Parts: sequence; C-alpha cells; structure tokens
Amino acid sequence: MATNSTQPVFIAFQDNNDTRPIIDAIMADNPNAKLNEMPALVKIDCPGRLVVKRETISEMAGRDFDLREIYINLISLAGEVDESEDEFVLEWKSK
Amino acid sequence: MTVEIRTTGVKPIRNTFSHLAKRFGDKNATRYQESAYDIQPLVNFHYKPLWDPGRDLYDVRRTAVVMKDWYALKDPRQYYYGAYTITRAKQQDALDRQLDFVEKRDLLRILPAAARHQLVNALVPLRHYEFGANLNNSHMAGYGFGTAYTQAAMMNCMDRLGMAQHLSRIGLLTDGNTGESLTEGKRQWMEEAAWQGVRRETENQFVARDWFELHVAQNLVADGLVYPLFYQQFDAAFAAQNGSALSSLTDYLMRWYEETSRWVDSVVKTAASESPENAKLISEWTVKWRDVWVTALKPAAEAALGDKAGEALATVTTAFNIKAGKLGLKL
Repeated sequence: MATNSTQPVFIAFQDNNDTRPIIDAIMADNPNAKLNEMPALVKIDCPGRLVVKRETISEMAGRDFDLREIYINLISLAGEVDESEDEFVLEWKSK
Repeated sequence: MTVEIRTTGVKPIRNTFSHLAKRFGDKNATRYQESAYDIQPLVNFHYKPLWDPGRDLYDVRRTAVVMKDWYALKDPRQYYYGAYTITRAKQQDALDRQLDFVEKRDLLRILPAAARHQLVNALVPLRHYEFGANLNNSHMAGYGFGTAYTQAAMMNCMDRLGMAQHLSRIGLLTDGNTGESLTEGKRQWMEEAAWQGVRRETENQFVARDWFELHVAQNLVADGLVYPLFYQQFDAAFAAQNGSALSSLTDYLMRWYEETSRWVDSVVKTAASESPENAKLISEWTVKWRDVWVTALKPAAEAALGDKAGEALATVTTAFNIKAGKLGLKL
C-alpha cells in the first residue's frame, strides 16, 4: 500500500562500524533520503516513506542480517512502523 | 539562571587512508576495506626472489588470467582477521556441542558394524583430501596477487585444517577414540582402488603452477563435486538406512561449503566477466578439471553408494554445470 503523504519521516542511528552497512543500505534503497551526519549520530530524513530492507543490508555487510539487529544502535525514529522479517517501513499512514 | 547546552562538531580533516579514499572517496572505510585493499606491496623490490629470478616477489605473471585491477576479486563475506575468527569460533562452539551430543549417546558406535565400516570407508579418507586442499590453498595464498584474494585463500587454507579435523573426529566417534578408523582411512586413501582416482587428482593439483587454475580446480570444481556427493548424496543414502545421527555432523560441512562458495564463485565470476579471454581460459580449465574429477570420483562414489552411485554423481555433475553456467562459463 503506497502512501500519498510527503510528511517527513526519519530514523537516526549511532555512527559506528556496525551501522555503516545499515546506513548504506537505506541510502541505496531510498533515492529521496537525505543523510545528515552529526557528532556520533547519523539521521536519515525522507519525505513520505522510508524502507529498510534486510536483503540489502545482508549484501552490504556480507553476512546474514536479522532486521532486529537495527535496534542495538537505533537512537530515534519518526513515522508509523510497519515491520516484517524482510522489511522495516516508516511512513505516515493517516492522511 | 539559564544553562545553555551546545554541541560542537569537529570535522576530521580526512576520513580514511588516502589509498582507500582514492578508491571509495573520502568517507569512513569499513574494517574489511582497511584490511584488504592495496595492502600488498607493489614497488621497490630490491631483489628478485632466488626461487623465481625471472619475476618479482609479487607478480601478476604467475597466472594466465589478466585483470586490470586485482582488487576487484573481493570477498563478498568481507572476512578480515577479526570477522573471520569470530565467525569460526562461534561455529566451532556449536559444532563441539553437536559432537558432544553424538558422543554422549554413542550414536555412531551403536550402529551395526557394517554401517560403521561404510561410514569410515566413505568419509574418513576425505581428511586427506582436505589436507591436500589445505596445501593447494596455501599455494594460492602464497603466489596469488592482491591481498583481497590472498587473505581469503589463507583463511580457506586454515578452514581446511578444521574440516580435516572434523572428519577425524567423526572417525573417532565410530571407534571410541582408539584411532583405528583413522588408520583404516589412511589405508583406504593409500591402497584401496576406489580412492586412487581422488588421490591422483588431489596430487596432480599439487603440481599445477598457475594459482588461478588451481583455484578453479580445487575450490570450484573439486569441492563443487566432492562436497555435495559425500555430504549430501552419500549422507542422504546413509540416513535412509541408519537414521540421521551422521547428518547432524555433516550438516556443518555443507553449510561451510555454501558459505565458502560465495567467495569462490564471486572470484570466478568477476574474473570471467573481465574479458572474453579470461572467460575462455577459465571455462577451459573448468571443463578440463571437471572431466578428470568426475572420472576420478566414479569408483569412490560406487564404493560409497553402490548402485545409486551413477545417479548421485549425475545429479551432482548437472548441478555443477548449471552453477558454472551462471558464473559466465561456457562448458
């Protein structure tokens, strides 16, 4: 179900060696996403919808990746969460 | 009173080493990139090696394959020392528990004598195959070009010692740690007609000089046939007769093979897609070694699988041909 909302969603991670493949994967999968690097954290803003895909992260990290691993270094997020084994989606569904 | 909390960001002048910045841009490099790319020296060799005075210590001319950039042969698993040892240590823990489980219940010793012999004759001689593969991968690590490739070959080399040890431990589980199975395995390998083909080709690989050909012969072709044949086909036939105690021990061998194949396949695929000359050369090597290995494995398969051998070997060979096709090789 695609959303029409262009309200920004965001996700922020600690900036370390473990999150690098996650961030690379998000930037590869979301052409509209914008990367904001701050001291020790990375915030990714995206209008409407942001998707985190397990398969892309696995490829970037070179190993099997469990999507729940993102919580270890997750700082904050905005948007309604829709989570499955393969995808973690952030979007504003209402209106 | 007001307290003002302010953050100050200090931008580093550079984010990574200049040789990595040249390849990937000036951004934080991964540990794998730091440990793999452009580590091997390229210039300022003062002397030619005494054992090969016509070439440099590290020399691209030791294989007929030509690459513009040898660091294109990267490892999709991104193993560097840390990631590799941590992964293997975890797997070893799980494997030890599995072996413990089988040992405590004597699952292999309670098999009928005939089944135990069948198991020892089919699997224990393969420890010598693994020692051979260890030697071959050490050749690739020693004479290969570019750290991206040679470090992965060295890890593969160490893996083989682990595989040989694992097979030995399976043998020791059948004979109650007396070591009889290992003696019998060695005798099979040295004397039994069924194993002479596999032994001959393992030893023929020792004298292959071209390291990339050796990578194709050992890691792509020989493993691509031996692993599925023994740890899948033989294992399934054995389990149908004797239950799945053995499968719980061969499972890791197959999982290791699948993981390692990602590296082996990616190296072959990258080199073959570099140029039609490479693709032709690698295809020729693949055909040459596939044919000798299929012939060599026939008697060993017959000894292990009896009248199911033909079908098992055909299944394995077909699967190999399909895989090779996907890697861009023409068989």
